[in-house]
Amino acid sequence: MSFDQILPYLAEAIQIGVKEFYFTGGEPFINPDLPKILEATLRIGPATVLTNATLFNAELVKELAAMRDSSKYSLELRVSIDGFSPETNDPIRGPGTFKRAMRGIKLLLDEGFLPIITAMRSWPIEQDEAQLYGFKNSLANVGYRYPRIKLLPSLRIGQEALRDRGYSEHDYITTSMMVGYDCNQLMCSNSRIVSTRGVHVCPILVDQPNSILGERISTARQAFELRHQACMTCYQYGALCSNASSAATSFEKTRLSRPRSI
Amino acid sequence: MHGTNSHSPKSQNPNRPQCVGLFGGVYSNYLALEALLEDAERRGVHRLYCLGDLGAFGPFPDRVCQILRETRIPIVQGNYDNSIGNGLADCQCGYTDPRDNYFAKLSYDYTFQHTSNDNKAWLQKLSPEIRIRLGPYRILLCHGSPRKMNEFLWETTTSDAFLNWLFEKYNTDIIVGTHTGLHWHRETSPGKHFINCGAIGRPPNDGQATVVYTIINAENAGLSDEASGVSDDRAKSENAGSDEKAKNACQLKVDFVRLGYDFERLAFEMASEGLPEEFIETIRTGWWTTCSEVLPAKERARGLY
Repeated sequence: MSFDQILPYLAEAIQIGVKEFYFTGGEPFINPDLPKILEATLRIGPATVLTNATLFNAELVKELAAMRDSSKYSLELRVSIDGFSPETNDPIRGPGTFKRAMRGIKLLLDEGFLPIITAMRSWPIEQDEAQLYGFKNSLANVGYRYPRIKLLPSLRIGQEALRDRGYSEHDYITTSMMVGYDCNQLMCSNSRIVSTRGVHVCPILVDQPNSILGERISTARQAFELRHQACMTCYQYGALCSNASSAATSFEKTRLSRPRSI
Repeated sequence: MHGTNSHSPKSQNPNRPQCVGLFGGVYSNYLALEALLEDAERRGVHRLYCLGDLGAFGPFPDRVCQILRETRIPIVQGNYDNSIGNGLADCQCGYTDPRDNYFAKLSYDYTFQHTSNDNKAWLQKLSPEIRIRLGPYRILLCHGSPRKMNEFLWETTTSDAFLNWLFEKYNTDIIVGTHTGLHWHRETSPGKHFINCGAIGRPPNDGQATVVYTIINAENAGLSDEASGVSDDRAKSENAGSDEKAKNACQLKVDFVRLGYDFERLAFEMASEGLPEEFIETIRTGWWTTCSEVLPAKERARGLY
C-alpha cells in the first residue's frame, strides 16, 4: 500500500482508539513508502514490522533508528528465520536467505535494535529446547547476547501445507468447542488488517475472498465465524501474530484447567 | 504493629492539597510495604490505595495480607490475587516465553503453598476496580487495564488514541494501573491522565535497589469514594468530566517516589526460603533477570538483559 492509501486508515485509527500497528507482507521493506509510513505511524502509536531482514542496509537501518528515537513509542522489528543454520532455514525461506537475514540482524543490533526473532516450528514440539539452543548460538555469533525469540506454530496453509501437511478433514472448530472459551485470545476479536482490497479479518486469511469485512476499519468490526481450518491453530495457540507485550491471558480458559483445592 | 487507620484521610484542610498514595505489585515484599506506610505518613499522604498482586516473587505471602488487612487499605484485585484466591493453576501473568513461565510457576507454587486459606478467601473477594474522586477528577483504579485485569499497558506500546478511548468508554479522567511493574505517566489531553504507579515488590529494572510508588495530589481538592455517596466536593463538580475550568484551577501533580527498604534482609529471607537465585539478584541489583520477554523494545533496551 502506498503512503497516500494508508493515511486515511491512520486517521481512522486515531478516531476509534487503535492501540498499536503491525506491518506485514510479503516483505514490507519492498514497499518504497514504508519508511514514510512508519514515520507517520510512530507519531500516533507503536509500530511493529514483520520482516525477513534481507533488504536492510546501513542507511535504511540508520533511518529506522532515527525515527525510533524521535518517537515516544516503540518500533519493533520482527525478523522471521525458520532455522538456525542455512541447512535448516534456506529450504523453507529460500537459498541464501539465512546469511542475508543474519547480516540484517547484525545491522539492527549495531543501531541498538533488539529484534524479535520469530521462527515457525518446523520440528516436533519436543525438540523446542534443542532448537532454541541452536538459535541462541547462531544469534550470539552476530552479537545478540540475550535474543528475543518467539516460536510460532506452523499454519498448515499455502507453501507450508505443501512442505509438511495440510489440516485434516477434522480440523474445524465446532460450536461445542467454543463453550467456555475466551475469544479475547483470538486476534480477530480485537484486530483487523488493512490491504489495498479492503479491511480483512486477520493476516492469516488475507488471501481468502471472504476475509474482507468492510472498506473502513470501523465498518469491519463485526464478529467473524471461525470456519477456516487455520482458525484451529489460533484457537489452540492464541494471538499468534501479536508481540508478547500485548498479551493478556484468558481468565476463562485458565479456569478450565484443573482447579486447585483451597 | 501497624496502626489500624494509617490509611485514613487526615483532617481536611481546604488550603492543603489532598494527597493520595497509590501502590501495587507488592509481590510479598512486606518490608517495602512497611517502609511505604512510614514514608507515606511522613509525607502527609491522606489515603493509600493498593492496586493488587499482593503475592509472588518474595517470601512469606501472608505477611503482606496481614498488614493490608490490619490497615484496611482499599485494594484492587490483581491477576495474582485472582489466581490464588480462586485456586487456579497459574498466575495469569500473561507471559508467553517458556523461561518466564518456568520462573512464574516456581513463584506461584511457593506463594500458593504459603498463603493461608483465610487469606485466599479474602483475596478472592477483592474488587477488580475502585473508583474515587479527587476534586474534579474521576479516578479509576485497576490492576492492568479497565477492560482486562492482566493487560499490559506499557509506556511505549500504548497509544494516546487507545487511552482516550479507555477514558471515554470507562467514563473517567484518570486511570491508574500497576500490572507491568514499570511506572509511567502521560497526560494525553488536558485533564486526562494515565498513570502506572509502579511496583513496590521489585525495582523497575534500572539498576537501583529501591522500588516505586506514586503520590498524586490536586490543589484545593477534596477526596471521596465514588461508590460511597456524593461528597460536598462531588456535588460542586457533578459535571466534572467536562469541567475544564475546575481542572485548570486544580492541576494534578504526579510524583513517583523512590522507596528505600531493607532489601538485603529480603534477599536473605528469600534465600532461606529456597526462592530462585535469579529473583534474589533482581532484589539486590535492581535489574530484572526473569519475566522480561514481555518487555517492548524500548523498555527492554533500558535493562541489563
